[in-house]
Amino acid sequence: MLTLSVLPAAQSIPPAPVPASGVYDLTIAIILVPLVSSAVLMLAGRRVHRIAPALGVAAPLVSFALALIEFFALLSRSPDHRSLDQHLYTWIPVNGFHVDLGLLLDPLSMTFVLLITGVGSVIHIYSVGYMQADPGRRRFFGFMNFFVAVMLLLVLGNDYLSLYVGWEGVGLASYLLIGYWTYKPTAATAAKKAFIVNRVGDVGLLIAIMLMFATFGSTSFAGVLNASSVAHRGTLTAIGLLLLLGACGKSAQFPLQTWLLDAMEGPTPVSALIHAATMVTAGVYLIVRSGPIYDGAPTALLMVAIVGAVTLTIGAIIGCAKDDIKKVLAASTMSQIGYMILAAGLGPIGYAIAIVHLLAHGFFKANMFLGAGSVMHALDDEVDMRRYGGLRKLMPVTFVTFGVGYLAIIGFPGFSGFFTKDKIIEACFDKGGTQGWVFGVTALVGAGVTAYYMTRLMMMTFFGEKRWADSAHPHESPRIMTWPMILLAVGSVLAGALLTLVGKGLQGFLEPVTGEGIEVGAHTVSPIVLTLITVAVGAGGVIAAALQYHGKTVPRTAPADVSPVVVAARKDLYGDAVNEAVFMRPGQYLTRFLVFFDNRGVDGVVRATAAFVGGTSGRLRRLQTGFVRSYALSMFGGAAIVIAALLLLRAG
Amino acid sequence: MSPSYYLYLSAVLFSIGALGVLIRRNSIVVFMCIELMLNAVNLSLVTFSRINGNLDGQVIAFFVMIVAAAEVVVGLAIIVTIFRTRRSASVDDPNLLKF
Repeated sequence: MLTLSVLPAAQSIPPAPVPASGVYDLTIAIILVPLVSSAVLMLAGRRVHRIAPALGVAAPLVSFALALIEFFALLSRSPDHRSLDQHLYTWIPVNGFHVDLGLLLDPLSMTFVLLITGVGSVIHIYSVGYMQADPGRRRFFGFMNFFVAVMLLLVLGNDYLSLYVGWEGVGLASYLLIGYWTYKPTAATAAKKAFIVNRVGDVGLLIAIMLMFATFGSTSFAGVLNASSVAHRGTLTAIGLLLLLGACGKSAQFPLQTWLLDAMEGPTPVSALIHAATMVTAGVYLIVRSGPIYDGAPTALLMVAIVGAVTLTIGAIIGCAKDDIKKVLAASTMSQIGYMILAAGLGPIGYAIAIVHLLAHGFFKANMFLGAGSVMHALDDEVDMRRYGGLRKLMPVTFVTFGVGYLAIIGFPGFSGFFTKDKIIEACFDKGGTQGWVFGVTALVGAGVTAYYMTRLMMMTFFGEKRWADSAHPHESPRIMTWPMILLAVGSVLAGALLTLVGKGLQGFLEPVTGEGIEVGAHTVSPIVLTLITVAVGAGGVIAAALQYHGKTVPRTAPADVSPVVVAARKDLYGDAVNEAVFMRPGQYLTRFLVFFDNRGVDGVVRATAAFVGGTSGRLRRLQTGFVRSYALSMFGGAAIVIAALLLLRAG
Repeated sequence: MSPSYYLYLSAVLFSIGALGVLIRRNSIVVFMCIELMLNAVNLSLVTFSRINGNLDGQVIAFFVMIVAAAEVVVGLAIIVTIFRTRRSASVDDPNLLKF
């Protein structure tokens, strides 16, 4: 498998969707079940408090079961007929602007639905244990179900507008969940930050949709993507770049990456849901779905790849310096999504690979987040890894499952990351030319750094001497939390192999959407050599971290005398500082100036006019004395003036 | 006799009336001064009619008389009413309708 690379000749126009019927009518139920459940949980009040966890878990499970039924039904069809369109009703029937609300079930959306409902269900089950003591867990499960429902709408809609509805819904859900602990000011701020940064990206997506309508007269996938080959290249580039901006917001890519690290303020299952199953994967979905647009806009595609490469580097560097276990994982998500965006930015060669990595990442990242949650649970919500250490023996299940996720993400041979990340690096080099080398080396170095910071995390958490507070009594988590971790660990081991080795793999399944794959004869670098190099680089990262942390005493407070790079990385590479200096401060000055201008300038003119009229009329009314004879005098005077004027005119 | 003398007389009468309206306070006198002005105008109308040799001026003079008669009816009624309520015939006393 590793000797083959898959390169589509050209993005084939997706086969025309056929109307859905029979079992496919259930598609809408996949969205509705969690939506209705969330409505019940949020609206029914205390009556449903006791059944809240059960209902909250049941909804995504039912969706997952339905998705599985549809998946096998879809598999039984021939590959060219796997795109099913379901018209629900006409949303906007204005003359000249016609929007149908419909669902598109094809291999790409099917893959996402399975990931969202599958991994989402596991995270829901885990939440039952994790949020057991929380008094507001009815609200929590309501929000979680809502999150799943809107994400499903996002991937199942057959129109950019319905995608946008889901897109905004995901933003809202993330806001609600990141700020779930509303009494914590940091959580409230982080929620606002996530929402506002996302708005920036949303505007990009919105303008892109408007441009689509102006150019193609339609916003449906079918209408836009089939017509994209005839559109002007400049228009396509503009749409592509704006879509990229949207993807950057949701997927936390450079330059809109800053919200992701703060989003760790939410409960850990939320982080797992955002990072593995929903939210951040939306950007990758958007770009892969919009493939035909990028085929006509190489510049936009190159920008996608550059953004991915930059973000994967930023994420990896930040990951090395953080002491907060969740922030290390968040930085690693940023970096891994960077890999996916980079792969998608390689064009048709990489669309399917990006999705494959996304799926594998969904497993191991959810697994590790749940593991981190388990550790925090055991240590009274401590997140500082410098206060961990030696948890290996006390929390064996967490250690083993987390370790499996760790091996998967660093690309240990046989685990899922090995199959998927390797393919991305391979595809980078296969792109050829300077670009290929730059992207390839970046991805390769990123893999090494990933291995370093993940090993550091493992060392600080599970090995070494104990550094936790005396009041803490670490213990293994209850079974309702360990089983989800075990399930995801199994997924982390098997996903890579299953997705890439069985039959034509997930790539083959996605072919109708992402383009027909053909084998390339010549590789820039032989795949076997490249695989060996990747493994060697990863091993290098592991060894570097092991040398630094194994058997050494880890200071309980972060050392201050560190290199400038570490200082910068601890501050998220000054992402916030840059945003503050470039956007926030000038924005504040602008608003201050506008407020001043409004108060003094605009209001000043209005008030001065009013004062002038008021003052003048105040004086004029004094003429109204009430003495009849003075009125008579003015009448006579007026008459005299009129007569004098008439006489003068006549004389002149 | 030159008709212009009538015009001079008319002007004198009109000026006396106007001055009376402006200077006197008793509303009855003011009222009579108004009548004087009206009649001064009538005199000039009739004179112009004579000078120009047509009857237009005399016709208008009749109109003025009728208007004056109607005005007297209304005006005197107002003066009497004000006198009854305010016990005064001065035109300066009813000065409530002001700024």
